[in-house]
Amino acid sequence: MSGHDSKYFSTTKKGEIPELKEELNSQYKDKRKDAVKKVIAAMTVGKDVSSLFTDVVNCMQTENLELKKLVYLYLINYAKSQPDLAILAVNTFVKDSQDPNPLIRALAVRTMGCIRVDKITEYLCDPLQRCLKDDDPYVRKTAAICVAKLYDINAELVEDRGFLESVKDLISDNNPMVVANAVAALTEIQDNSVRPVFEITSHTLSKLLTALNECTEWGQVFILDALSRYKAADAREAENIVERVTPRLQHANCAVVLSAVKMILQQMELITSTDVVRNLCKKMAPPLVTLLSAEPEIQYVALRNINLIVQRRPTILAHEIKVFFCKYNDPIYVKMEKLEIMIKLASDRNIDQVLLEFKEYATEVDVDFVRKAVRAIGRCAIKLERAAERCISVLLELIKIKVNYVVQEAIIVIKDIFRRYPNTYESIIATLCESLDTLDEPEAKASMIWIIGEYAERIDNADELLESFLESFPEEPAQVQLQLLTATVKLFLKKPTEGPQQMIQVVLNNATVETDNPDLRDRAYIYWRLLSTDPEAAKDIVLAEKPVISDDSNLLEPSLLDELLANIATLSSVYHKPPETFVTRVKATAQKTEDDEYAEGSEAGYPESSAHSADGPTSPPTSSSNDAHVGATRPASAPSTSPPAAPVPDLMGDLLGMSNNSIVPVDQPSTPPGPPLPVLLPASTGQGLQISAQLKGQDGQIFYNLLFENNSQIPLDGFMIQFNKNSLGLAAAGPLQVPQLLPGTSVAILLPMVLFQNMSAGPPSSLLQVAVKNNQQPVWYFNDKISLHVFFTEDGRMERGSFLETWRSLPDSNEISKDLPGITVNGVESTLDRLVESNMFFIAKRKHSNQDVFYFSAKIPRGVAFLIELTTVVGTPGVKCAIKTPSPEMAPLFFEAIETLLKS
Amino acid sequence: MFIQHSNVYLMAASRQNCNAASLISFLHSVVDHYFEELEEESLRDNFVVVYELLDEMMDFGYPQYTEAKILSEFIKTDAYRMETSQRPPMAVTNAVFLDVVESVNILVNTNGQVIRSDVVGALKMRTYLRLLLGYSDVGLVYMLVYKAATCCGMPECKLGLNDRVLLEAQGRATKGKAIDLEDIKFHQCVRLARFENDRTISFIPPDGAFDLMTYRLSTQVKPLIWVEAQVEKHSRSRVEIMVKARSQFKERSTATNVEIELPVPVDASNPNIRTSMGSASYAPENDALMWKIKSFPGGKEYMLRAEFSLSSITAEEATPERKAPIRVKFEIPYFTVSGIQVRYLKIIEKSGYQALPWVRYITMAGEYELRLI
Repeated sequence: MSGHDSKYFSTTKKGEIPELKEELNSQYKDKRKDAVKKVIAAMTVGKDVSSLFTDVVNCMQTENLELKKLVYLYLINYAKSQPDLAILAVNTFVKDSQDPNPLIRALAVRTMGCIRVDKITEYLCDPLQRCLKDDDPYVRKTAAICVAKLYDINAELVEDRGFLESVKDLISDNNPMVVANAVAALTEIQDNSVRPVFEITSHTLSKLLTALNECTEWGQVFILDALSRYKAADAREAENIVERVTPRLQHANCAVVLSAVKMILQQMELITSTDVVRNLCKKMAPPLVTLLSAEPEIQYVALRNINLIVQRRPTILAHEIKVFFCKYNDPIYVKMEKLEIMIKLASDRNIDQVLLEFKEYATEVDVDFVRKAVRAIGRCAIKLERAAERCISVLLELIKIKVNYVVQEAIIVIKDIFRRYPNTYESIIATLCESLDTLDEPEAKASMIWIIGEYAERIDNADELLESFLESFPEEPAQVQLQLLTATVKLFLKKPTEGPQQMIQVVLNNATVETDNPDLRDRAYIYWRLLSTDPEAAKDIVLAEKPVISDDSNLLEPSLLDELLANIATLSSVYHKPPETFVTRVKATAQKTEDDEYAEGSEAGYPESSAHSADGPTSPPTSSSNDAHVGATRPASAPSTSPPAAPVPDLMGDLLGMSNNSIVPVDQPSTPPGPPLPVLLPASTGQGLQISAQLKGQDGQIFYNLLFENNSQIPLDGFMIQFNKNSLGLAAAGPLQVPQLLPGTSVAILLPMVLFQNMSAGPPSSLLQVAVKNNQQPVWYFNDKISLHVFFTEDGRMERGSFLETWRSLPDSNEISKDLPGITVNGVESTLDRLVESNMFFIAKRKHSNQDVFYFSAKIPRGVAFLIELTTVVGTPGVKCAIKTPSPEMAPLFFEAIETLLKS
Repeated sequence: MFIQHSNVYLMAASRQNCNAASLISFLHSVVDHYFEELEEESLRDNFVVVYELLDEMMDFGYPQYTEAKILSEFIKTDAYRMETSQRPPMAVTNAVFLDVVESVNILVNTNGQVIRSDVVGALKMRTYLRLLLGYSDVGLVYMLVYKAATCCGMPECKLGLNDRVLLEAQGRATKGKAIDLEDIKFHQCVRLARFENDRTISFIPPDGAFDLMTYRLSTQVKPLIWVEAQVEKHSRSRVEIMVKARSQFKERSTATNVEIELPVPVDASNPNIRTSMGSASYAPENDALMWKIKSFPGGKEYMLRAEFSLSSITAEEATPERKAPIRVKFEIPYFTVSGIQVRYLKIIEKSGYQALPWVRYITMAGEYELRLI
């Protein structure tokens, strides 16, 4: 029996909506049902059928389950656009939730949870309460998930109505599927809540482990994922848990296996017995290998995770490298990941075989893959000293094939090999030089030039070779220009003859006068100054010994790796990024203020698709080559060898004179007069406009204290100011009123500010980004810091009693402490006075051995209170500050504030 | 994240750090378990059922049930049901079919060394055991399958294999062949904890077809069918390929449906092919020569010789040619590489019905690649 539903898609007559309306109100059941199907079909293909809302809802009261499901579907889709009409449906929902048929009861609750309209949500509570205690497990398991839905809509409601408790009760349910869904719901709620909602005790642990054996594969995943957060008390408990989880490795579902692996790896951290660990490693290897026979998408997820696992425990798969050999038909994104893992697993024992594979790959057709294979050979050479020679000979063989991109890639990696093993393999330079003309990619060119410069004394015609590049200097990409500059300087220092001297004139001229790339210009100036003052020093610096580079194939930070391992099987482990960097809703915790630094890290995209795969995981970890460039110039800035920095201004003058350059940098004015506001936009960057600013609290109002100084030659007017989204939502309360600013004058402004106007998402940060513009200049951007103490309000004083009570009522997880080692409290009285001035109110003081402990309270707008405990020995440096607050995510900001306060 | 299945994309979107492995597995199981022929047309034809299905399969992003059997109990819209394994007419009641299917994956490099070989086996089971229960409350069906089944008529089964660990644990002398299975995966219905304890495979089979167990061995396997090829370029315009295929298994077994795919240059034309057995044809769409041998007994060797003309204009630059490996497909019935044997399949049925197990063995080529040319 094949379907005929497709006919519902093909009504394109005029007046469709009125026609449907009529049919929906037909007295015949069949006709109504068909009409609803048509409506759903139209909805599916994206037509707006919301105008039929009332008519569809009228069909809701039906005995026909199929029709009911369709109407519900419609409701889910359109309730949001017609919130007032959606109320019409409430009665039927409530009635359905008491239907004798469990399927209908569950359906009603499930659907109501999906309708994100506040008014409906209110009516959801009672049915939900009943369904959580329903006799039928199917209804209970649906209700459990519904609590998570409700939490997403209205968290307070869930907490007020005690649904959390009900769901927790379901963990002890006798039906495993109910247990699994309750766990899933609680885990999700926990993810979005700052408060501890779902804590796994040893009691729940054993319950869940039992349920694990009986529930569906997906349920097992929920439970394993939740349990992997459990921290075992000691090694013995960890071993017990692991013992009960290991059978899951035998499950046919890849997700179950990966979640089990995650859990075992977590517990393994605690297990001390090496025998047990070794045994577990042995047990985990085969299931991990089997994951590679799954569908390619799953393989990809598995490979990304294996990549993490081998970084932590290389032994697990040390003998399994062969399974990562690429198959001809593997999608490219799988091949790329396999290659990455092969590099990680390569060892002296298997390198021959691995090289043979790499060589094979290097002759395939896919350019990106070939490049990565060549690069892989180089990385192995850097990683395994004893295999370096074999790697080089393979690379040379590849160069002989004379496929352009292979040659270029080979040169790039050979440069790294030279860096790693200096003065070992220079005999091959001649071969490399043969390919000089074919190079057309910047990185390959730059690498080749680096090699020439580095070994200028051994290459007879080094000057000719470099000269051939010089002709096109202005057209080269920056990377090549920088390298040419450095190489020429090296050449000149090594062979200070006439030819190179002329070359260096040309290069320096090109790199200073004719370029507008500041990096290039700065580097050129540094060389120029060095060469003109002290050529010997220049030699010491430019030709200094370079630090040895190392293999970068284990490039994740240990702390990041820990976090990623805790997230095995999730998106985070696939991206190799911590969840906060791509999930906006994740709760903000105090400890995670530094995540910004990861944001730029590792790969950019998530290539789930074959189409996309090329850019994401392929983006080769370029750091090894970058290292080389940085390394080549690093000595220039190395403080140990560089000459004293003092004469720089003079030199600058010389230099500018020499090059007849007229770019006159504006001298920074000596300390600005008036109040010492921090300079945020120095005149040198602001084309003569200097802005100093600081936040200031005054009479319960927040102001932005600004000082504008016009050091330019022209009058400036039409000033405007804009604040980027920030953690406190600071914004200007009114327009910036700056009169026309004549050259050489300044004006101070007190700009009133408001809070909570443009809040930024994510963890709080003290960064305040400001943009200022005027009619004459481009927009200026500068950064300021939000110092929290400015915001302390006057109503922050607390009575002793309420202080104690609040302190006790807040959970321990809200207590955060920090040592402020550089701070000394000298006079107690004066310090307290100063703190009170900033609205930080003294509560009590006690002695603890030789230390004094002070208690304070403070409050910032919106009633967020801070309870503060300062521990110190008066007169000696070092203060320990502990705070308790309902918003622990504000802690880092607070600590910054208190540090400033105590210092001043 | 998404997967593609013929002309349909299945996609899941998430705002959270969701379990990627689980979701992708879920998407695959949506395709595998329920839609036998999933394509745009069948979606259109069944959009109502599909809505209902997805509704049951996933709630708020959490996969719920994916087993066709259970789902079909929730969804009564049978009208245009396209799929779920049509139960055969109940002529064969109470029979259990067990197919032991092994596929051999092999990778041979240019020097003729086997660089990787493994065997992936699966015990595919089809059961037609009668459900003796007349249940009415559909909401409780999964209870029935997962919990209550023992007492309500689904028989419990026990499977015995010649697994070395098991035999040794039972203290039996490992006479004859016992094998080491490396990584065993079981279907949902097998009691994993019990297997972990005493390596007994005990389970209550769902009705219908399913993979009871899969396993993997990575012992070195001698390539069952060895292919050697020589390519001679006589001039710029003519290429000659000589291929030898040899079966390296016992004479009493016979490989059937052997297909050898030989890559040929992209610009080859005018094929002239002679074979000592089977038929060969040129498949320009794959740039390959397909050599098919219906029946290939053990210990035999067959030859193929082919000549092609090449378009005489060749690019001066040596662009790398697509280097496809030789691929081989075959089936060898009544034979397993691993030597796995089903020692017994006990069906413990309280009601006294006798169920008959049938066991078949077959070996197939999986990813069988020889990089010879």
